Amino acid sequence: MHNLFIGELADRLAKRQISSVELTQHFLGRIERLNPALNAMITLTAKQALADAAAADARLSAGERGPLLGIPLIHKDIFCTDGVRTSCGSRMLDNFVAPYDATVVARLKAAGTVMLGKSNMDEFAMGSSNETSYYGPVKNPWDTAKVPGGSSGGSAAATAARLTPFATGTDTGGSIRQPAALTGVTGLKPTYGRVSRYGMIAFASSLDQAGVFARSAGDAAAVLQVMAGFDPRDSTSVDVPVPDYSKALGQPLKGMKIGLLREFFEGLEPRNAALLEDALNIYTGLGAETLQVSLPHLPLSVPTYYVVAPAECSSNLSRFDGVRYGYRCENPKDLMDLYKRSRGEGFGAEVKRRIMTGTYVLSAGYFDAYYLKAQKARRLITDDFRAAFDKVDLVIGPTTPTPAFDIGAKMDDPVLMYLNDIYTIGANLAGLPGVSVPCGFVEGLPMGLQLIGPHFAEAKLLNAAHQYQQATDWHTHAPRGYT
Amino acid sequence: MSLTRQDVEKIAHLARLSITAQEMPVYVNSLSSIVDFVDELSRADTEGVLPMAHPLDGQHQRLRADVVSESDNHEKYQHNAPAVTAGLYVVPRVIE
Repeated sequence: MHNLFIGELADRLAKRQISSVELTQHFLGRIERLNPALNAMITLTAKQALADAAAADARLSAGERGPLLGIPLIHKDIFCTDGVRTSCGSRMLDNFVAPYDATVVARLKAAGTVMLGKSNMDEFAMGSSNETSYYGPVKNPWDTAKVPGGSSGGSAAATAARLTPFATGTDTGGSIRQPAALTGVTGLKPTYGRVSRYGMIAFASSLDQAGVFARSAGDAAAVLQVMAGFDPRDSTSVDVPVPDYSKALGQPLKGMKIGLLREFFEGLEPRNAALLEDALNIYTGLGAETLQVSLPHLPLSVPTYYVVAPAECSSNLSRFDGVRYGYRCENPKDLMDLYKRSRGEGFGAEVKRRIMTGTYVLSAGYFDAYYLKAQKARRLITDDFRAAFDKVDLVIGPTTPTPAFDIGAKMDDPVLMYLNDIYTIGANLAGLPGVSVPCGFVEGLPMGLQLIGPHFAEAKLLNAAHQYQQATDWHTHAPRGYT
Repeated sequence: MSLTRQDVEKIAHLARLSITAQEMPVYVNSLSSIVDFVDELSRADTEGVLPMAHPLDGQHQRLRADVVSESDNHEKYQHNAPAVTAGLYVVPRVIE
Protein backbone atom coordinates (compact mmCIF):
# COMPACT_ATOMS: atom_id res chain seq x y z
CA MET A 1 0.00 0.00 0.00
CA HIS A 2 2.85 2.37 0.88
CA ASN A 3 4.43 1.99 -2.56
CA LEU A 4 1.33 3.26 -4.35
CA PHE A 5 1.34 6.75 -5.82
CA ILE A 6 -1.17 9.36 -4.67
CA GLY A 7 -3.35 8.90 -7.77
CA GLU A 8 -3.55 5.15 -7.13
CA LEU A 9 -4.40 5.68 -3.46
CA ALA A 10 -7.08 8.24 -4.36
CA ASP A 11 -8.54 5.77 -6.86
CA ARG A 12 -8.79 3.02 -4.22
CA LEU A 13 -10.28 5.44 -1.73
CA ALA A 14 -12.82 6.56 -4.33
CA LYS A 15 -13.80 2.96 -5.08
CA ARG A 16 -13.97 2.36 -1.31
CA GLN A 17 -11.50 -0.54 -1.65
CA ILE A 18 -9.63 0.97 1.26
CA SER A 19 -10.66 3.52 3.83
CA SER A 20 -8.71 6.57 4.87
CA VAL A 21 -8.64 5.16 8.42
CA GLU A 22 -6.97 1.96 7.16
CA LEU A 23 -4.50 3.97 5.12
CA THR A 24 -3.73 6.21 8.09
CA GLN A 25 -3.28 3.23 10.41
CA HIS A 26 -0.94 1.65 7.88
CA PHE A 27 1.35 4.69 7.72
CA LEU A 28 1.17 5.33 11.49
CA GLY A 29 2.25 1.71 11.95
CA ARG A 30 5.19 2.20 9.63
CA ILE A 31 6.22 5.37 11.46
CA GLU A 32 6.06 3.57 14.80
CA ARG A 33 8.11 0.65 13.49
CA LEU A 34 10.63 2.38 11.21
CA ASN A 35 11.04 5.94 12.43
CA PRO A 36 13.10 5.18 15.58
CA ALA A 37 16.07 4.35 13.31
CA LEU A 38 15.56 7.54 11.25
CA ASN A 39 14.48 10.25 13.72
CA ALA A 40 12.50 11.86 10.90
CA MET A 41 9.66 13.03 13.15
CA ILE A 42 9.42 15.61 15.94
CA THR A 43 5.73 15.24 16.80
CA LEU A 44 3.20 12.50 16.02
CA THR A 45 -0.50 13.36 15.87
CA ALA A 46 -1.93 9.84 15.68
CA LYS A 47 -5.17 10.47 17.54
CA GLN A 48 -6.08 13.55 15.52
CA ALA A 49 -5.01 11.76 12.32
CA LEU A 50 -7.47 8.91 12.94
CA ALA A 51 -10.26 11.39 13.65
CA ASP A 52 -9.42 13.35 10.47
CA ALA A 53 -9.29 10.09 8.49
CA ALA A 54 -12.74 9.12 9.78
CA ALA A 55 -14.00 12.55 8.69
CA ALA A 56 -12.45 12.04 5.24
CA ASP A 57 -14.12 8.63 5.03
CA ALA A 58 -17.48 10.23 5.83
CA ARG A 59 -16.94 12.74 3.01
CA LEU A 60 -15.99 9.93 0.63
CA SER A 61 -19.03 7.88 1.67
CA ALA A 62 -21.22 10.89 0.99
CA GLY A 63 -19.95 10.80 -2.57
CA GLU A 64 -17.39 13.59 -2.39
CA ARG A 65 -14.20 13.07 -4.44
CA GLY A 66 -10.88 14.87 -4.49
CA PRO A 67 -7.31 14.08 -5.53
CA LEU A 68 -6.07 14.35 -1.92
CA LEU A 69 -9.25 13.50 0.01
CA GLY A 70 -8.28 10.97 2.69
CA ILE A 71 -4.56 10.94 1.79
CA PRO A 72 -2.10 11.10 4.74
CA LEU A 73 0.79 13.57 4.82
CA ILE A 74 3.54 14.92 7.05
CA HIS A 75 4.18 18.63 7.53
CA LYS A 76 7.63 20.05 8.06
CA ASP A 77 7.68 21.44 11.59
CA ILE A 78 8.14 24.96 10.23
CA PHE A 79 4.43 25.24 9.32
CA CYS A 80 2.14 26.48 12.06
CA THR A 81 -0.51 23.90 12.95
CA ASP A 82 -3.36 25.11 15.14
CA GLY A 83 -3.23 23.42 18.54
CA VAL A 84 -0.16 21.33 17.67
CA ARG A 85 3.40 22.04 18.79
CA THR A 86 5.38 23.85 16.07
CA SER A 87 9.04 23.75 17.09
CA CYS A 88 10.93 24.71 13.91
CA GLY A 89 13.56 22.23 15.14
CA SER A 90 14.57 24.63 17.92
CA ARG A 91 14.76 24.64 21.69
CA MET A 92 13.43 28.19 21.34
CA LEU A 93 10.04 26.84 20.23
CA ASP A 94 10.10 23.47 21.98
CA ASN A 95 7.01 24.50 23.96
CA PHE A 96 5.29 26.57 21.25
CA VAL A 97 1.76 25.48 20.36
CA ALA A 98 0.74 27.34 17.21
CA PRO A 99 -2.49 29.31 17.67
CA TYR A 100 -3.43 29.15 13.97
CA ASP A 101 -2.88 27.16 10.77
CA ALA A 102 -0.43 28.20 8.07
CA THR A 103 -2.24 28.77 4.76
CA VAL A 104 -0.48 25.69 3.33
CA VAL A 105 -1.79 23.62 6.25
CA ALA A 106 -5.30 25.08 5.99
CA ARG A 107 -5.52 24.44 2.24
CA LEU A 108 -4.32 20.85 2.53
CA LYS A 109 -6.66 20.29 5.48
CA ALA A 110 -9.63 21.60 3.49
CA ALA A 111 -8.69 19.22 0.66
CA GLY A 112 -9.21 16.35 3.12
CA THR A 113 -5.61 15.34 3.80
CA VAL A 114 -4.75 13.64 7.09
CA MET A 115 -1.72 14.94 9.02
CA LEU A 116 0.29 12.09 10.56
CA GLY A 117 2.69 14.43 12.34
CA LYS A 118 5.43 17.04 12.02
CA SER A 119 8.84 16.27 10.58
CA ASN A 120 12.32 16.96 11.89
CA MET A 121 14.38 19.71 10.28
CA ASP A 122 17.48 21.82 10.67
CA GLU A 123 16.90 24.44 13.34
CA PHE A 124 14.92 27.31 11.77
CA ALA A 125 15.71 25.66 8.39
CA MET A 126 19.37 26.67 8.69
CA GLY A 127 21.45 23.75 7.55
CA SER A 128 22.15 21.39 4.66
CA SER A 129 22.35 18.12 6.58
CA ASN A 130 19.61 18.11 9.20
CA GLU A 131 22.28 18.00 11.91
CA THR A 132 21.45 21.37 13.50
CA SER A 133 18.05 20.20 14.85
CA TYR A 134 17.48 20.48 18.62
CA TYR A 135 15.88 17.02 18.27
CA GLY A 136 18.98 15.36 16.86
CA PRO A 137 20.03 14.49 13.32
CA VAL A 138 17.79 12.67 10.85
CA LYS A 139 19.32 9.55 9.30
CA ASN A 140 19.21 8.77 5.60
CA PRO A 141 17.10 5.63 4.98
CA TRP A 142 19.55 4.55 2.24
CA ASP A 143 22.36 4.40 4.82
CA THR A 144 21.76 5.50 8.39
CA ALA A 145 25.38 6.63 8.78
CA LYS A 146 24.65 9.32 6.17
CA VAL A 147 22.78 12.61 6.38
CA PRO A 148 19.47 12.97 4.49
CA GLY A 149 20.35 16.53 3.48
CA GLY A 150 18.60 19.59 4.82
CA SER A 151 16.96 21.58 5.94
CA SER A 152 13.79 19.56 5.22
CA GLY A 153 15.62 16.29 6.02
CA GLY A 154 12.78 14.74 8.03
CA SER A 155 10.22 15.25 5.25
CA ALA A 156 12.65 13.83 2.68
CA ALA A 157 13.62 10.79 4.77
CA ALA A 158 9.98 10.07 5.67
CA THR A 159 8.89 10.23 2.02
CA ALA A 160 11.81 8.03 0.90
CA ALA A 161 11.13 5.48 3.68
CA ARG A 162 7.45 5.30 2.68
CA LEU A 163 6.32 6.63 6.06
CA THR A 164 3.95 8.96 4.18
CA PRO A 165 2.70 9.33 0.60
CA PHE A 166 4.02 12.90 0.58
CA ALA A 167 5.34 15.68 2.80
CA THR A 168 5.62 19.45 2.78
CA GLY A 169 8.92 21.30 2.92
CA THR A 170 10.45 24.72 2.51
CA ASP A 171 13.33 25.78 0.28
CA THR A 172 15.39 28.90 1.03
CA GLY A 173 18.67 27.82 -0.59
CA GLY A 174 17.94 24.25 -1.65
CA SER A 175 16.21 22.83 1.43
CA ILE A 176 13.71 20.82 -0.64
CA ARG A 177 15.75 19.94 -3.73
CA GLN A 178 18.99 18.93 -1.96
CA PRO A 179 17.40 16.48 0.55
CA ALA A 180 15.12 15.15 -2.21
CA ALA A 181 18.22 14.34 -4.26
CA LEU A 182 20.06 12.74 -1.34
CA THR A 183 17.11 10.51 -0.40
CA GLY A 184 15.91 9.59 -3.91
CA VAL A 185 12.55 11.37 -4.00
CA THR A 186 11.01 14.11 -6.14
CA GLY A 187 11.24 17.58 -4.58
CA LEU A 188 9.60 20.71 -5.98
CA LYS A 189 10.40 24.30 -5.03
CA PRO A 190 7.82 26.56 -6.67
CA THR A 191 8.31 30.15 -7.86
CA TYR A 192 8.72 32.70 -5.08
CA GLY A 193 5.19 33.94 -4.35
CA ARG A 194 3.41 30.93 -5.87
CA VAL A 195 2.62 29.35 -2.49
CA SER A 196 1.66 31.41 0.54
CA ARG A 197 4.25 31.94 3.28
CA TYR A 198 1.61 32.85 5.86
CA GLY A 199 2.19 30.77 8.98
CA MET A 200 5.50 29.44 7.70
CA ILE A 201 8.11 30.46 10.25
CA ALA A 202 10.34 32.97 8.46
CA PHE A 203 14.06 32.45 7.86
CA ALA A 204 14.93 34.66 4.86
CA SER A 205 11.76 36.29 3.61
CA SER A 206 12.92 37.17 0.08
CA LEU A 207 14.06 33.56 -0.52
CA ASP A 208 11.74 31.24 1.48
CA GLN A 209 9.21 29.23 -0.50
CA ALA A 210 7.03 26.26 0.45
CA GLY A 211 6.99 23.13 -1.67
CA VAL A 212 6.53 19.40 -1.73
CA PHE A 213 8.28 16.04 -1.42
CA ALA A 214 6.62 13.18 -3.27
CA ARG A 215 7.60 9.97 -5.01
CA SER A 216 6.80 11.23 -8.50
CA ALA A 217 6.34 14.45 -10.43
CA GLY A 218 2.72 13.44 -10.97
CA ASP A 219 2.16 13.28 -7.22
CA ALA A 220 3.94 16.61 -6.73
CA ALA A 221 1.63 18.16 -9.35
CA ALA A 222 -1.47 16.99 -7.48
CA VAL A 223 -0.17 18.47 -4.21
CA LEU A 224 0.99 21.77 -5.71
CA GLN A 225 -2.50 22.18 -7.20
CA VAL A 226 -3.86 22.46 -3.66
CA MET A 227 -0.99 24.47 -2.14
CA ALA A 228 -0.62 27.10 -4.86
CA GLY A 229 -2.60 30.30 -5.22
CA PHE A 230 -3.01 33.85 -4.06
CA ASP A 231 -3.29 34.53 -0.35
CA PRO A 232 -4.17 38.04 0.83
CA ARG A 233 -2.46 37.23 4.16
CA ASP A 234 0.96 37.02 2.50
CA SER A 235 2.00 40.39 1.09
CA THR A 236 4.41 38.72 -1.37
CA SER A 237 1.88 36.17 -2.61
CA VAL A 238 1.35 36.70 -6.33
CA ASP A 239 -2.10 36.96 -7.83
CA VAL A 240 -1.66 35.00 -11.05
CA PRO A 241 -3.95 32.13 -12.10
CA VAL A 242 -2.99 28.58 -11.08
CA PRO A 243 -2.96 26.29 -14.13
CA ASP A 244 -4.10 22.67 -14.06
CA TYR A 245 -0.74 21.02 -13.27
CA SER A 246 -1.92 17.42 -13.66
CA LYS A 247 -3.45 18.19 -17.06
CA ALA A 248 -0.12 19.64 -18.22
CA LEU A 249 1.64 16.32 -17.60
CA GLY A 250 0.63 14.85 -20.95
CA GLN A 251 2.52 17.35 -23.12
CA PRO A 252 5.10 15.80 -25.47
CA LEU A 253 8.59 17.28 -25.12
CA LYS A 254 9.16 17.51 -28.86
CA GLY A 255 10.78 20.82 -29.66
CA MET A 256 11.40 21.76 -26.04
CA LYS A 257 14.75 23.48 -25.57
CA ILE A 258 16.70 22.39 -22.50
CA GLY A 259 19.77 24.39 -21.54
CA LEU A 260 22.84 22.69 -20.10
CA LEU A 261 24.25 25.03 -17.50
CA ARG A 262 27.92 25.22 -18.39
CA GLU A 263 28.94 26.34 -14.88
CA PHE A 264 27.09 23.34 -13.37
CA PHE A 265 28.81 20.80 -15.58
CA GLU A 266 32.35 22.15 -15.29
CA GLY A 267 34.39 20.11 -12.87
CA LEU A 268 31.53 17.75 -12.12
CA GLU A 269 32.53 14.47 -10.49
CA PRO A 270 32.70 11.89 -13.37
CA ARG A 271 30.06 9.49 -11.98
CA ASN A 272 27.67 12.38 -11.37
CA ALA A 273 28.40 13.63 -14.90
CA ALA A 274 27.71 10.16 -16.35
CA LEU A 275 24.26 10.04 -14.73
CA LEU A 276 23.42 13.44 -16.17
CA GLU A 277 24.71 12.33 -19.57
CA ASP A 278 22.23 9.41 -19.42
CA ALA A 279 19.43 11.80 -18.48
CA LEU A 280 20.26 14.10 -21.38
CA ASN A 281 20.09 11.13 -23.74
CA ILE A 282 16.64 10.32 -22.39
CA TYR A 283 15.54 13.90 -23.02
CA THR A 284 16.89 13.99 -26.57
CA GLY A 285 15.17 10.63 -27.12
CA LEU A 286 11.91 12.26 -26.03
CA GLY A 287 12.37 14.92 -28.69
CA ALA A 288 13.86 17.72 -26.61
CA GLU A 289 16.73 19.74 -27.94
CA THR A 290 19.68 20.37 -25.63
CA LEU A 291 22.02 23.32 -25.94
CA GLN A 292 24.68 24.97 -23.82
CA VAL A 293 23.84 28.05 -21.81
CA SER A 294 26.02 30.01 -19.43
CA LEU A 295 25.41 31.87 -16.19
CA PRO A 296 28.69 33.76 -15.89
CA HIS A 297 27.88 35.22 -12.46
CA LEU A 298 26.88 31.90 -10.93
CA PRO A 299 30.15 31.59 -8.94
CA LEU A 300 28.92 34.59 -6.94
CA SER A 301 25.76 32.82 -5.83
CA VAL A 302 27.01 31.11 -2.66
CA PRO A 303 28.71 34.20 -1.18
CA THR A 304 25.72 36.32 -2.23
CA TYR A 305 23.34 33.94 -0.52
CA TYR A 306 25.41 33.79 2.66
CA VAL A 307 25.13 37.57 2.97
CA VAL A 308 21.46 37.98 1.99
CA ALA A 309 20.05 34.99 3.90
CA PRO A 310 21.81 35.70 7.24
CA ALA A 311 20.90 39.40 6.96
CA GLU A 312 17.22 38.56 6.59
CA CYS A 313 17.53 35.86 9.26
CA SER A 314 19.01 38.28 11.80
CA SER A 315 16.08 40.59 11.24
CA ASN A 316 13.39 37.87 11.25
CA LEU A 317 14.70 36.09 14.32
CA SER A 318 14.80 39.28 16.38
CA ARG A 319 11.15 38.48 17.20
CA PHE A 320 12.31 35.75 19.58
CA ASP A 321 12.75 37.85 22.70
CA GLY A 322 11.72 35.53 25.53
CA VAL A 323 8.70 37.74 26.22
CA ARG A 324 5.75 36.83 24.02
CA TYR A 325 6.41 33.17 23.20
CA GLY A 326 9.18 30.64 23.16
CA TYR A 327 12.02 29.92 25.54
CA ARG A 328 12.80 32.19 28.50
CA CYS A 329 15.98 31.82 30.58
CA GLU A 330 15.82 31.19 34.35
CA ASN A 331 16.04 34.15 36.77
CA PRO A 332 16.89 37.03 34.41
CA LYS A 333 18.50 39.85 36.37
CA ASP A 334 17.19 42.56 34.04
CA LEU A 335 15.53 42.95 30.65
CA MET A 336 18.82 42.89 28.70
CA ASP A 337 19.86 39.71 30.51
CA LEU A 338 16.47 38.20 29.69
CA TYR A 339 16.89 38.95 25.97
CA LYS A 340 20.49 37.81 25.74
CA ARG A 341 20.29 34.61 27.74
CA SER A 342 16.89 33.56 26.38
CA ARG A 343 18.29 33.89 22.85
CA GLY A 344 21.74 32.56 23.73
CA GLU A 345 20.29 29.45 25.40
CA GLY A 346 17.27 29.02 23.12
CA PHE A 347 19.12 29.08 19.78
CA GLY A 348 21.64 26.48 18.63
CA ALA A 349 25.15 27.16 17.32
CA GLU A 350 24.36 27.46 13.59
CA VAL A 351 21.40 29.77 14.14
CA LYS A 352 23.51 32.01 16.37
CA ARG A 353 26.26 31.98 13.74
CA ARG A 354 23.83 33.12 11.04
CA ILE A 355 22.22 35.78 13.23
CA MET A 356 25.69 37.17 13.97
CA THR A 357 26.77 37.00 10.31
CA GLY A 358 23.61 38.89 9.39
CA THR A 359 24.08 41.42 12.18
CA TYR A 360 27.63 42.04 10.98
CA VAL A 361 26.78 42.55 7.29
CA LEU A 362 23.95 44.93 8.21
CA SER A 363 25.96 46.92 10.76
CA ALA A 364 27.11 50.50 10.24
CA GLY A 365 30.27 50.61 8.15
CA TYR A 366 29.74 47.17 6.56
CA PHE A 367 26.28 47.52 5.02
CA ASP A 368 27.52 48.84 1.66
CA ALA A 369 30.46 46.46 1.35
CA TYR A 370 28.45 43.34 2.11
CA TYR A 371 24.68 43.66 2.05
CA LEU A 372 24.30 46.21 -0.74
CA LYS A 373 27.04 44.51 -2.73
CA ALA A 374 25.27 41.16 -2.39
CA GLN A 375 21.99 42.68 -3.52
CA LYS A 376 23.75 43.93 -6.65
CA ALA A 377 25.33 40.53 -7.27
CA ARG A 378 21.88 39.04 -6.83
CA ARG A 379 20.63 41.10 -9.74
CA LEU A 380 23.57 40.01 -11.93
CA ILE A 381 22.76 36.34 -11.21
CA THR A 382 19.04 36.90 -11.86
CA ASP A 383 19.81 38.68 -15.15
CA ASP A 384 21.96 35.70 -16.20
CA PHE A 385 18.99 33.36 -15.72
CA ARG A 386 16.73 35.75 -17.62
CA ALA A 387 19.15 35.79 -20.55
CA ALA A 388 19.31 31.97 -20.48
CA PHE A 389 15.52 31.71 -20.59
CA ASP A 390 15.46 33.88 -23.71
CA LYS A 391 17.14 30.93 -25.44
CA VAL A 392 15.74 27.84 -23.69
CA ASP A 393 12.55 26.65 -21.97
CA LEU A 394 14.26 25.05 -18.96
CA VAL A 395 17.78 24.55 -17.71
CA ILE A 396 19.21 21.31 -16.38
CA GLY A 397 22.07 20.35 -14.08
CA PRO A 398 22.90 18.31 -11.01
CA THR A 399 21.11 19.00 -7.73
CA THR A 400 24.15 18.31 -5.53
CA PRO A 401 27.91 17.90 -6.07
CA THR A 402 28.02 14.54 -4.25
CA PRO A 403 25.70 11.89 -2.83
CA ALA A 404 24.79 11.94 0.89
CA PHE A 405 27.83 12.44 3.14
CA ASP A 406 28.60 11.01 6.58
CA ILE A 407 26.86 12.42 9.64
CA GLY A 408 29.38 14.70 11.34
CA ALA A 409 31.64 15.07 8.27
CA LYS A 410 31.07 18.80 7.67
CA MET A 411 29.81 20.10 11.01
CA ASP A 412 33.11 21.73 11.98
CA ASP A 413 33.46 23.74 8.78
CA PRO A 414 30.49 25.98 7.99
CA VAL A 415 31.90 27.17 4.66
CA LEU A 416 32.37 23.58 3.45
CA MET A 417 28.78 22.88 4.48
CA TYR A 418 27.55 26.00 2.66
CA LEU A 419 29.17 24.84 -0.59
CA ASN A 420 26.69 21.92 -0.70
CA ASP A 421 24.15 24.44 -1.90
CA ILE A 422 26.17 25.56 -4.90
CA TYR A 423 23.70 24.24 -7.52
CA THR A 424 20.48 25.08 -5.71
CA ILE A 425 20.99 28.63 -4.42
CA GLY A 426 20.75 30.37 -7.80
CA ALA A 427 17.06 29.50 -8.19
CA ASN A 428 16.28 31.01 -4.78
CA LEU A 429 18.16 34.23 -5.46
CA ALA A 430 16.26 34.63 -8.73
CA GLY A 431 12.94 33.37 -7.29
CA LEU A 432 12.71 30.59 -9.89
CA PRO A 433 10.95 27.24 -9.62
CA GLY A 434 13.11 24.12 -9.50
CA VAL A 435 12.57 20.40 -9.22
CA SER A 436 14.92 17.57 -8.27
CA VAL A 437 14.20 14.08 -9.58
CA PRO A 438 16.08 10.83 -8.88
CA CYS A 439 18.46 10.03 -11.77
CA GLY A 440 20.52 7.06 -10.57
CA PHE A 441 22.97 5.98 -7.90
CA VAL A 442 26.58 6.64 -6.91
CA GLU A 443 28.00 4.12 -4.43
CA GLY A 444 24.50 2.83 -3.75
CA LEU A 445 23.23 6.30 -2.80
CA PRO A 446 20.63 8.20 -4.84
CA MET A 447 21.49 11.27 -6.91
CA GLY A 448 19.19 13.91 -8.32
CA LEU A 449 18.99 15.91 -11.50
CA GLN A 450 17.67 19.41 -11.27
CA LEU A 451 15.45 21.30 -13.68
CA ILE A 452 14.96 25.05 -13.24
CA GLY A 453 12.40 27.09 -15.17
CA PRO A 454 11.33 30.70 -15.60
CA HIS A 455 8.95 32.29 -13.08
CA PHE A 456 5.62 30.42 -12.86
CA ALA A 457 6.76 27.62 -15.21
CA GLU A 458 5.87 24.88 -12.71
CA ALA A 459 3.59 23.14 -15.21
CA LYS A 460 6.35 22.89 -17.79
CA LEU A 461 8.85 21.81 -15.14
CA LEU A 462 6.61 19.11 -13.69
CA ASN A 463 5.79 17.83 -17.16
CA ALA A 464 9.49 17.59 -18.07
CA ALA A 465 10.12 15.69 -14.82
CA HIS A 466 7.08 13.48 -15.44
CA GLN A 467 8.14 12.61 -19.00
CA TYR A 468 11.57 11.61 -17.66
CA GLN A 469 9.91 9.42 -15.03
CA GLN A 470 7.77 7.77 -17.73
CA ALA A 471 11.00 6.79 -19.51
CA THR A 472 13.00 5.75 -16.41
CA ASP A 473 12.29 3.96 -13.14
CA TRP A 474 14.78 5.64 -10.76
CA HIS A 475 11.92 7.23 -8.82
CA THR A 476 10.42 3.82 -8.00
CA HIS A 477 13.50 2.51 -6.14
CA ALA A 478 12.99 2.17 -2.39
CA PRO A 479 15.75 1.93 0.19
CA ARG A 480 16.38 -1.59 1.48
CA GLY A 481 14.29 -2.31 4.58
CA TYR A 482 11.65 0.19 3.51
CA THR A 483 10.17 -1.52 0.44
CA MET B 1 41.53 36.19 11.49
CA SER B 2 39.40 38.89 9.92
CA LEU B 3 37.35 39.33 13.10
CA THR B 4 38.69 39.82 16.61
CA ARG B 5 37.17 38.66 19.85
CA GLN B 6 36.13 42.27 20.48
CA ASP B 7 34.37 42.39 17.09
CA VAL B 8 32.39 39.25 17.88
CA GLU B 9 31.52 40.49 21.36
CA LYS B 10 30.15 43.68 19.81
CA ILE B 11 28.15 41.74 17.18
CA ALA B 12 26.76 39.40 19.86
CA HIS B 13 25.67 42.41 21.90
CA LEU B 14 23.96 44.02 18.88
CA ALA B 15 22.22 40.69 18.18
CA ARG B 16 21.24 40.32 21.86
CA LEU B 17 22.94 36.93 22.18
CA SER B 18 24.83 35.74 25.23
CA ILE B 19 27.90 33.81 24.13
CA THR B 20 29.79 31.84 26.75
CA ALA B 21 33.55 32.18 27.19
CA GLN B 22 34.04 28.62 25.91
CA GLU B 23 31.94 29.26 22.79
CA MET B 24 33.66 32.55 21.94
CA PRO B 25 36.81 31.20 20.18
CA VAL B 26 34.65 28.92 17.99
CA TYR B 27 32.57 31.89 16.84
CA VAL B 28 35.60 34.12 16.26
CA ASN B 29 37.02 31.38 14.09
CA SER B 30 33.93 30.40 12.11
CA LEU B 31 32.61 33.94 11.63
CA SER B 32 36.04 34.99 10.36
CA SER B 33 36.04 32.18 7.81
CA ILE B 34 32.51 33.12 6.69
CA VAL B 35 33.47 36.79 6.34
CA ASP B 36 36.59 35.80 4.35
CA PHE B 37 34.42 33.62 2.13
CA VAL B 38 31.79 36.27 1.37
CA ASP B 39 34.61 38.77 0.75
CA GLU B 40 34.80 37.15 -2.71
CA LEU B 41 31.95 39.51 -3.55
CA SER B 42 34.32 42.48 -3.38
CA ARG B 43 35.91 41.26 -6.63
CA ALA B 44 32.62 41.36 -8.53
CA ASP B 45 32.11 44.31 -10.87
CA THR B 46 28.77 45.77 -9.82
CA GLU B 47 29.30 49.24 -11.24
CA GLY B 48 25.92 50.75 -12.11
CA VAL B 49 23.95 47.67 -11.00
CA LEU B 50 20.77 48.37 -9.03
CA PRO B 51 20.49 46.44 -5.76
CA MET B 52 17.79 43.76 -5.86
CA ALA B 53 15.76 43.28 -2.69
CA HIS B 54 13.00 41.13 -4.07
CA PRO B 55 12.99 38.30 -6.64
CA LEU B 56 9.91 39.47 -8.51
CA ASP B 57 10.54 42.93 -9.91
CA GLY B 58 7.69 45.36 -10.22
CA GLN B 59 5.61 43.99 -7.36
CA HIS B 60 4.04 46.58 -5.13
CA GLN B 61 2.91 46.38 -1.57
CA ARG B 62 -0.82 45.81 -1.65
CA LEU B 63 -3.17 47.99 0.35
CA ARG B 64 -6.37 46.83 1.94
CA ALA B 65 -9.42 48.53 3.38
CA ASP B 66 -8.86 49.69 6.96
CA VAL B 67 -11.46 47.44 8.53
CA VAL B 68 -11.33 44.94 11.40
CA SER B 69 -10.43 41.55 9.96
CA GLU B 70 -9.37 39.59 13.03
CA SER B 71 -11.21 38.82 16.23
CA ASP B 72 -9.65 39.18 19.69
CA ASN B 73 -7.63 36.04 20.38
CA HIS B 74 -5.26 37.42 22.99
CA GLU B 75 -5.90 34.66 25.50
CA LYS B 76 -5.07 32.00 22.93
CA TYR B 77 -1.95 33.87 21.82
CA GLN B 78 -0.76 34.58 25.36
CA HIS B 79 -1.04 30.91 26.19
CA ASN B 80 2.46 30.62 24.69
CA ALA B 81 3.93 33.46 26.76
CA PRO B 82 6.42 32.61 29.52
CA ALA B 83 4.74 35.00 32.00
CA VAL B 84 1.40 36.80 31.78
CA THR B 85 -0.61 38.65 34.42
CA ALA B 86 -4.04 40.15 33.76
CA GLY B 87 -3.52 39.96 30.01
CA LEU B 88 -0.13 41.70 30.20
CA TYR B 89 3.30 40.24 29.37
CA VAL B 90 5.53 40.23 32.43
CA VAL B 91 9.22 41.20 32.19
CA PRO B 92 11.85 42.17 34.77
CA ARG B 93 11.40 45.66 36.17
CA VAL B 94 12.65 48.30 33.72
CA ILE B 95 11.95 51.55 35.64
CA GLU B 96 12.97 51.72 39.29
